[in-house]
Order: sequence, then C-alpha cells, then structure tokens
Amino acid sequence: MTYIAKPRLHHPKLPTNALGFTRRDYEGAVSTLCAGCGHDSISAAIIQACYELSLPPHRIGKLSGIGCSSKTPTYFLGKSHGFNSVHGRMPSVLTGANLANRDLVYLGVSGDGDSASIGLGQFAHCLRRAVNMVYIVENNGVYGLTKGQFSATADKGSKARRGAVNTDAPIDLVALALQLGASFVARSFSGDKVQLVPLIKAAIEHKGAAFIDVISPCVAFNNNPESTKSFDYVRAHNETVNRLDVILGRDEITADYAPGTLETVVQHDGSILRLRKLAADYDPCDRISALTYLQQRHAAGEIVTGLLFVEPEAGDMHDLLDTVDAPLNGLGERDLCPGSAALARYNAAHR
Amino acid sequence: MQPTDIGNPDYFHKVVDCQWACPAHTPVPEYIRLIADRRYTEAWAVNWRSNVFPGILGRTCDRPCEPACRRGRVEKEPVAICRLKRVAADNKGDISPYLFPVPVEKNGKRIALVGAGPASLTVARDLMPLGYHCVLFDGDTKGGGMMRTQIPRFRLPESITDEEVDLILDMGVEAHLGEHVGSLKALLSQGWDAVFIGCGAPRGRDLDIPGRKEAAANIHIGIDWLSSVSFGHIDKIGRRVVVLGGGNTAMDCCRSSRRLGGEEVSVVVRSGFEEMKASPWEKEDAMHEDIPILNWLVPKEFTRERGRLTGVMFEKVKAEYDARGRRNLVPTGEPDVHIACDDCLIAVGQENAFPWIERDIGIEFDRWDMPKVNPKTMQSTVSNVFFGGDAAFGPKNIIWAVAHGHDAAISIDKLCNGEDVNDRPPPGVTLVSQKMGIHEWSYDNDISNDQRYKVPWRDTLVTLKDIKVEVELGFDEKQAYLEAQRCLNCDVQTVFTGQLCIECDACVDICPMDCITFTDDGAEEELRGRLMAPALNPEQDLYVGDSLKTGRIMVKDEDVCLHCGLCAERCPTGAWDMRKFLLDLTLAGSACRSR
Repeated sequence: MTYIAKPRLHHPKLPTNALGFTRRDYEGAVSTLCAGCGHDSISAAIIQACYELSLPPHRIGKLSGIGCSSKTPTYFLGKSHGFNSVHGRMPSVLTGANLANRDLVYLGVSGDGDSASIGLGQFAHCLRRAVNMVYIVENNGVYGLTKGQFSATADKGSKARRGAVNTDAPIDLVALALQLGASFVARSFSGDKVQLVPLIKAAIEHKGAAFIDVISPCVAFNNNPESTKSFDYVRAHNETVNRLDVILGRDEITADYAPGTLETVVQHDGSILRLRKLAADYDPCDRISALTYLQQRHAAGEIVTGLLFVEPEAGDMHDLLDTVDAPLNGLGERDLCPGSAALARYNAAHR
Repeated sequence: MQPTDIGNPDYFHKVVDCQWACPAHTPVPEYIRLIADRRYTEAWAVNWRSNVFPGILGRTCDRPCEPACRRGRVEKEPVAICRLKRVAADNKGDISPYLFPVPVEKNGKRIALVGAGPASLTVARDLMPLGYHCVLFDGDTKGGGMMRTQIPRFRLPESITDEEVDLILDMGVEAHLGEHVGSLKALLSQGWDAVFIGCGAPRGRDLDIPGRKEAAANIHIGIDWLSSVSFGHIDKIGRRVVVLGGGNTAMDCCRSSRRLGGEEVSVVVRSGFEEMKASPWEKEDAMHEDIPILNWLVPKEFTRERGRLTGVMFEKVKAEYDARGRRNLVPTGEPDVHIACDDCLIAVGQENAFPWIERDIGIEFDRWDMPKVNPKTMQSTVSNVFFGGDAAFGPKNIIWAVAHGHDAAISIDKLCNGEDVNDRPPPGVTLVSQKMGIHEWSYDNDISNDQRYKVPWRDTLVTLKDIKVEVELGFDEKQAYLEAQRCLNCDVQTVFTGQLCIECDACVDICPMDCITFTDDGAEEELRGRLMAPALNPEQDLYVGDSLKTGRIMVKDEDVCLHCGLCAERCPTGAWDMRKFLLDLTLAGSACRSR
C-alpha cells in the first residue's frame, strides 16, 4: 500500500475514448494490497478493458466476496456500482442483481479461497445457470490475508515460501467451468496484460456466463521459485493456445495472417473475435477436446492459457427463464403487482 | 538500445531540467525544499555558492530555468523558481557560517579585474578564499556594474545591490572605483599574474534616421539614460514619451519614464508582440502600468518643430518569410503613423566596445570585432587574459556572467598553478537513496495540485510616484511554502536495478504519467512510438534498463515523470529506488586541480 493518493495529474497526451473519458477516469482508490501484488495488475487490466470498450461507468456493477482479490473492486471503476458480499456468496448476490436489472454489465471478482473453497457451490451453480456476467478469479494458490496457507487451487507438490509442501489435490476452476457449462472460459496471467485485456473485453461482450481464471502471483507468500503460482514458474510453463489479437465490430479485417493460423469467432452481438492460433490443432469451440487438452497439458506440468472455450451463440439465464425484457426497475406498479385476479389465474394454472 | 549509463553525471543532470538550463547549474530543487522547510539561510547559501547574487537574481534573473521546468510540461505554468530564490534572500538569518573564509596570508598572485559587474565580482568571490590578491577597476564610483546602473530601483532596491556587492568587496578585494582603465597595454605592463575583463557591453545602439541630430536634446540612448537615472543625474522626463525597442531595456525605460513624469508612455516595436526580446513577465509588468506596446512599426523620422522633438513617424510593416524561412519586414502600404512625444528613448540593442584594448598586444578579434574567447576556459589569445560576461560574447544576462566568472576563476587558478586550463574539473556528484521506511521518503512526494502563485504587487498609486519603491512585494512565507510545494523534486531520481525486477508490472500500473513500459528492445525512434504513452519529446531521454529475466527491457520516458516515487513504493523488490542526485559544480580551488 501507499500513504499518498495517486496524483491527479496525468500524461498531457492521454487519449480519450468515445465517451470522452480517459483511462484514468476508470480508476478507483489507490490500492492497499501488498506492493507488487498480481491483483493490482488485474485491476489495471479491467480498467483498460472498460476504457477501451467505452463503457459508461455507471452501467457497470462490480461484485465481490471476501479476500485480497475481493478487496480489489475498490481499486478500479470508482464511479461504478459495487457490492462487497459475504465470503463465497458473491455469485448469489450477482445472480440476484442480474435478475433485477439485466441491463448492467456485471463483473464478479473473486479469489481462489472465495470461489474454490467456501464458495465452491455458489461458483458451480452460478455458472450452471448461465448468468450473464464476467466472473474473474484472481488465483494465487494461497490465503494471503491469513498469511499464506495453501488454498484449494494450489498444485500438489507446490512448495510454500518456508518449504512446506502441498499434499492435497488441486481444484482446477477452468476444468470445472467447462464441465458446468460456462459459455466463455479463459485462463490468463496477471503478468501478461497484452493477453489479459482483450480476454476481459471479449468476456464483457460475451452474452452468458464468462469465466476467466487469472493466475496472479502472491508476492508476499507464494512467489518463491518452487511455487507453481510464481512469476518465474508461470512464465516458464505458460502454454498459450491462442492470442486474441483484436475484437472487431463492423471494421474490416486488414492484417495478413498465414493460412490456417487464424480462427474467427462471431459472437451473438455481431462482434468478431480474431484468434491467432499458437497450438495448431486447438479448437476453441470444442468443449470436450478442450477439457482433454487441458488435462493432458496439466499432467505434463504446463499451464494452458488463452481463450480456451467459447460458445458464440450462447444464451443466458434470462433466455432460459423467459423473463421480461425490461429491467425490473423499469416496470410500473401495474406490471410488478398485477393484482389478485392475476394471482388467482396463475395459481389455477398449477392445479 | 544501449542500457542507460547513469554513472555519467550528465544523464541525471539533464533530468533536473532547471539545473541543466541554469548557466551556473544552481541546484534548484535542493534550495526549494529548504525554503519549504523554512531553512532560508541554508537555501540562500546553496544559491550563494552557485550563483553569487541570490537577492539580485531573485528579482532580476532572466530565469532560463523556468521555461525548462518540468511542471510547465505537466500543467500550465512552471514553478516560480526565481521569486522563490528571493524568498531565501529576504528571510535569511545569520549567513556568516556559510561565507567562505579568506586567508590572511596571501598566495602572492595578483589578479586584475576590469569592470565591477557580476562577472568580475564572481571571479573575486571564487579567488579571494584561495589567497589571491584581487584588484578591481571600474569607471563608476560604486560596484555592481549594470546590476546597479541599468536595473531600475523599483525592480531592484539599491540596498540589495549594496549588500551583495559588499559581501564580495569585504572579502578584501582592493577596489579602485571611479578609476577607468584606458589602456590594456598599460595595465598588462604592470605585471599581473592574470587579468580578467568583465567590462560589459557598454554602448547602446543608436538610430540613424532623419531628425536624430536636430532633436538630440530630447532623444536619449536607453542604457545611458537608465544609468543617469540610477545615479540621480536625471530625475524627470516629458509628459509624452516614446520608447523604441522591444527588449528588457525598453521595458525598464518605459516603466522608469512613468515614474519620472511620463503620463503617456508607449513602447513601439518593429516586430510582433510574440517575437519581442523582452521576457513575457517584463512585458506584463509594463502593461500593468498602462503602457501600451505597439508592434509592427518601423521608425522613419524624428519629427520636430523649430529644432524641438515633436514625435516619431513610423512605417507600418508586416512579416514575410522567404524560402529559407528568414523574416523580412515589408511595408504594408498603409499610411504612416505619427506618435507625438516630448522625449524619445532608444533601446534597440547594445554593443561591445573595446577602444581601450590595443590591437597590437596579441589579443585577437574576430570579424565582428569581438575578442576571440574560448567558451569553456574564457581564455583569450593572450594566455593570462580572460574575458567574461557581456564582454566575452556580447549582451546576455547576469546569470551567464556569473557562469563565465566561475569558469574564468578555475582557469586563472589553474594557470597560476602551472596547469593546463583546458583540463576542466568534473562536477561533484552524489546519488543517495531517500528511503526512510516502507512508505516514507525524506522528501515530500505528495504532488501539489496548486496552480502557480502570483507574486503580490504594491499598488500602482504608490509605485508610480516614487522610482525607488519596489513594485513586487515578494512571496510571504505561506505563499512561498505553497509555491515551493509545486516543485516536482526532479533531482530525486528514479533509479532502476534490472537484476532485482520480477516484472510484476506494479510500477507500470501505478505510474500516474504512463512513463514506464516493459517491452521488447528496438531502435530508439521506433521504440518511442510504442511505449505506454508515445515519447514525443526528443529532448528528453529514455531511461533504458536491462538484465530482465524475460529478455525485455524497461523503458522510462523521463519527459513528464512527477518524481512522486509511487513506482518505488509499489515495487516489491526494491528494483526502483528514489535517489537524490546532487550535482555541485566544482569551484576554483584545490578540488579542481589535477595535483
């Protein structure tokens, strides 16, 4: 942390987006996390993504649980709506918020403790229900706030700073998300914003449950060379399957790519994701082979990153439940309380 | 790109834009911090060591530091460096512990100083503590040169000039004031170990147009007139005055006129307002005293009636640029303009004049009739004759004269010790970490958002009545503190150690100015375009660090860095550190000798 606020002065040539905002306008309060925390880089990536998409800050809801990661919404999007929920219960609160107002962009920010331990059930059901959101897990493999015990995502055999070895099997949240039906699944690394920012942008534009697992080294407790969540280890074992170079709206494709190296995915809203293939045979639209590939590489000690799976035409919870198109706060009293006659009709339909 | 060699003193010196721009390389942020800390005497001492005349320069300096100030690139205006210097001089306490002791026993070397202006006085200030016997000659009866004769009292009270000139004369300089040197040949025949010539550029340029001779009684050369005002020989002027010229002398002339009876005073300039040589603040001061500045008018004739000046006739012109970009003033064809006046002051430039230097004594002159002087050593073509100030390279300003004086003093000391004057001493440099605790630095790193404070002025009702009343009141202590807090502490350098860096991006994320980028290596020009923020100011260096595990490089654009230290605060491994770079120019003396 730091004692002083980030100065208001900014680069004299700082560009603005379509709304006339600079990137600095999407910042929050100055971080109180440890110096060098990977989570701060993820906050910076979220800021950059929202700036680049020209999202109006007041149309974003950011929700979190408890933990180092769950503190971060204070440090980005200072002009957006925020909700800091009970430990592990962010998915329920987010689901409720989304049901009430489907028009906002929802960012669920959580950690490996919040999502893989106390909130694992919440994590699972919110993905199953296809809640339209971006669910980001800032994954460092340790409980930082309680001084660095292994979390449920720590790899078996990974060593802590003082030499303790993790003996439990890890939970792979990416594999879970694939199994549970998430329609956008990616993994990235806090130390690689070139990869992370386009993934967050694509996830925001995706309709349906989008999940991004971001490995985020804990500089204080889990950045020793024998840890599989350290900067050095992740850099050495990062196997990127593809690079999301650009996200296009109606713009023409101009860059040249060698044949067979480019994957184009058109999402429901017409936006085009252009993926530069790095693993030649990897198909990001095939859920089953994605799971297989992931487990093969994990067995080989590699960390697979990139856009791992996307279901371009996915629907969301509102489609499944056939809810009303307007957010509830846009409905009048007559629509919200149609009266006892309507209730009687409804009850009769169930007899 | 090659990694930056921060061992080269010039690298971090350039980052301290103000100090780099100051001819005397005064450590500006160092004394500004002392002022903020109310340690005025020490702040004065930092100035006295480098620029010799803190009180005078704090009122009159041409302040090359301010256009260079980084603050001017990150918001609207630079720090009011010059006027903060005055605060140090105004509020100083007992300065005696900071003065340089002068040995009673002399070293037997005799140095003649011609002219008692800032250049000669600086040479004396530097050489007296070393035991030299300095003898000063000046035609005027008081020391100070143009600082006394040409800067009006309402800008620089005489008491300040007296104080700072006497500080040097009281070191034991043998001053022959009122003694004009009429022949260098005769002076040299007296067997001096070295002679320093700092006689200024004493001749005001004249304007040879019709009517000049006939109306001479009411047409005056600006610098001569200012000098006569200064010595009290002139105490009034006509009701209507025209001042010709667009430099700082013209501004002093018009403002002096307003105080000596001039009610309708105007300044008339050949060029446009923006191209005028006068400093922007001096133009502003003149206009504040209801003096119009009229541009694009070339004087054609002094009109007169029965031999008495009635006004000046001007031709209207405009600027046209030829293929090579040179400006020509061409008549617009509009009717001529007549401005009626009772007196006219000509302030169209100054020239050097060396009628007293014989041309057969070995001192070579160039085709502009200026002595050939080595700009590093200030040595002429006669090995023991040195030049400095306006006498060396034509009219400049006080702070350049001081810088020349320091350089000449080093040369004289080397010459008298049998050393090569071309062998110049390196500056004294220290680079010390300012870290006091995890988030504590020995300097105030919280950036002030305040805009530049204006120095309060005394009411024109008072100032226009008496030419000796100083216009500027100077900052009070509170204003001085607030203005000092605007300084970005550019001397507290961001120092990067690649071996310690884990490339976590914390510094990139926190930097408020987008100065830092970790990227693949490349050629500088290409690299400048693909940084976090493109580095478009080629005058500012890129700081390149290597030894990173990923093989990338760290590039920091120095241009708009606030020196807030947040990169170092957010760095988990201490790869960034804030270190104070203090560069002190070596003064004449044993430290600059090779043996």
